[in-house]
Amino acid sequence: MIRVQREDFDLGAELRALSDGDHGIGGVASFVGLVRDMAAGEKIGAMTLEHYPGMTEKMLGRIEAEALERWPLNASLIIHRYGRLEPGDQIVLVATASPHREAALESCHFLIDWLKTKAPFWKLEDTPDGGQWVDARDSDDEAAARWSKRAD
Amino acid sequence: MKLLYFAWLKTKTGVSEETVSPPAEVQTVADLLTWLKRRGPGFEEALADMEALRVAVNQEYAEMTDPVTAGDEVALFPPVTGG
Repeated sequence: MIRVQREDFDLGAELRALSDGDHGIGGVASFVGLVRDMAAGEKIGAMTLEHYPGMTEKMLGRIEAEALERWPLNASLIIHRYGRLEPGDQIVLVATASPHREAALESCHFLIDWLKTKAPFWKLEDTPDGGQWVDARDSDDEAAARWSKRAD
Repeated sequence: MKLLYFAWLKTKTGVSEETVSPPAEVQTVADLLTWLKRRGPGFEEALADMEALRVAVNQEYAEMTDPVTAGDEVALFPPVTGG
């Protein structure tokens, strides 16, 4: 399931709901992204996440479909927030549920790596020098590329 | 053709969304960017480094050589930074 929303989410409730009623699930893996208070050595007051409505849902849906194809998952969930966020706030939740831990853990890692390089979101950080658009990092491309190699 | 600009592409061009009618010689993504660059200093600066740009045509990532046509929705943005 994909959700793109401005509002915060209840981590415990979301994870419980993912496996609720399915006793074939043996493990739920999750990754939660949070807003840091520092970036590139500078103090961040807040950030604003912009996205491309329509394409965002399309890309997240495709990334999720890819995970479902590669791993035996009983359920999966991607929640990504947009709008103004403050340090400590939750930005993103990726969760996967499977009969066994390996598929759940690996697919969760895959989802967040791919999401970071494919889903059209952009971070604008409030710094002491004003608003700064965050640059993409090569290490994110490398993290995503690992999963391409494994598919060959 | 509908154009959308995100992140610093929007800041530099001063436009978030517009409808344009490029001339007939604009056939590919690269042609479109070259044509847009001539529209003013903001566009020239924003589109100066094509390597730093990502383009989506009808909400799909596109290459510079991909075609663009009158009814397309074309989005210009920097590499993504979500998650």
